[in-house]
Amino acid sequence: MSGLMSRTSVIAKAKFSKLLDKAEDPGETLDYSYEQQLQQLQNVKRGIADVTTAKKRLELEDSSMQQGLAKLDDQARQALAAGREDLAREALGRKAAVQGQLDGIKTQETQLADQQQKLVAGSQALQTKIEAFRSQKEVIKAQYSAAEAQVKIGEAATGIGEHMADVGLAIQRVQDKTEAMQARAAAMDELTTSGALEDFTSQGDDLDRQLAAVSQGNQVDDELAKMKAELGQGSAPAAPPAIEAGQ
Amino acid sequence: MIVRLMGEGQWRVDDSLRAHLEELDLATAKAVEAGDQAALHASLEALASAVRENGEELDHEHLVPSDSIVPPVDLTLEEARELLHGDGLVPDIP
Repeated sequence: MSGLMSRTSVIAKAKFSKLLDKAEDPGETLDYSYEQQLQQLQNVKRGIADVTTAKKRLELEDSSMQQGLAKLDDQARQALAAGREDLAREALGRKAAVQGQLDGIKTQETQLADQQQKLVAGSQALQTKIEAFRSQKEVIKAQYSAAEAQVKIGEAATGIGEHMADVGLAIQRVQDKTEAMQARAAAMDELTTSGALEDFTSQGDDLDRQLAAVSQGNQVDDELAKMKAELGQGSAPAAPPAIEAGQ
Repeated sequence: MIVRLMGEGQWRVDDSLRAHLEELDLATAKAVEAGDQAALHASLEALASAVRENGEELDHEHLVPSDSIVPPVDLTLEEARELLHGDGLVPDIP
C-alpha cells in the first residue's frame, strides 16, 4: 500500500518528465507554463473581486434592513400611543422576524469575509511562487541552450517541475474555493434582491395603512381642537362676552 | 533528504527521519481506505509537523528536487482518492 506522500512524489515527477519528453523546446514550454500560471492567477483575482462586490451589496442590504427595524419600532410606538395594542403587537412581531433574518445575514457575511481573507492571502502566496518560477525557468533555459540537444532532466529541472505541480495544485484549489464563494455570495444576493428577506419592511402594506389611518385620525382630532381654540370654541365652554358686557 | 510540503515550501530533514515519515505516510492511506476525513487530516498534519519540527526550511528562491512530496494538509477524502487511484489531483502541467 502506498501512502499519499509517496504517491504524490511519483505523480509529480512522472508528469514533469512526460512534459519534457514531448517538448521540442523545453524553454518554450516553461515560458508557456509561466504565462498560463499568470493567466490563472488573474482569473483568481477577478473572482475575489466579484466576491468583494457581492459582499458590499450585502452590506447595503444590511443597512436597509436596519432602517426597516427602526421603522417597525416607531410604528409599534405610534400604535401603542394611539391605544392600538393589536397593531403594536403586529409591528413588533415583524420586527422580531426581520431581526432574525438580519442576524442570519450577518453570520454569513462574517464567514464570507473570513474566507475572502484566506483567499487573498492564498493568491498573494501564489504570486510569490510564480515569481520564483519565473526566475528559475530562466536558469533552466540557459542550461538547456548550453547543453544544446541534450534533453536530460537535470536537478534544477526536476526542482522546477515539482514547483510547477505545487503551483498548479494551489491555483486549482484557490480557483475552486473562489468559485464556491462566488456561488455563495450570488445565492445570498439572489435571496435579498428577490425580496425573500426584505418584504417585511419595504412594502407599504396593511400594517402601514392601518397605522396611517390611526395617525391621520389623530391629526384630524388635533387640528379640530386647534381650530376650535382659535374660534373661541374650546372644549371648556367660556362665558359669552355679551353677558360679561352686560354686568 | 528534502521534503516538499505542497502549498508551503521545502524542508531539509535528516535521512534518519525517512523511516518515521514512511510510517506516517502509511497512516494516510489507511485513513483514505477507511473513508475517515478526520483521520486523514490528522495523519497529513502529523506528516507535515514531523517535517516542520525536525527540518530546516529552504529558501523559496531555490527550487531543488525533493525526495518526497507531502500533499496539502487540508486535502479532502475525494481528492485523496483521486490521488491514490488515478493520476488525478496533481494537475496536468500546462
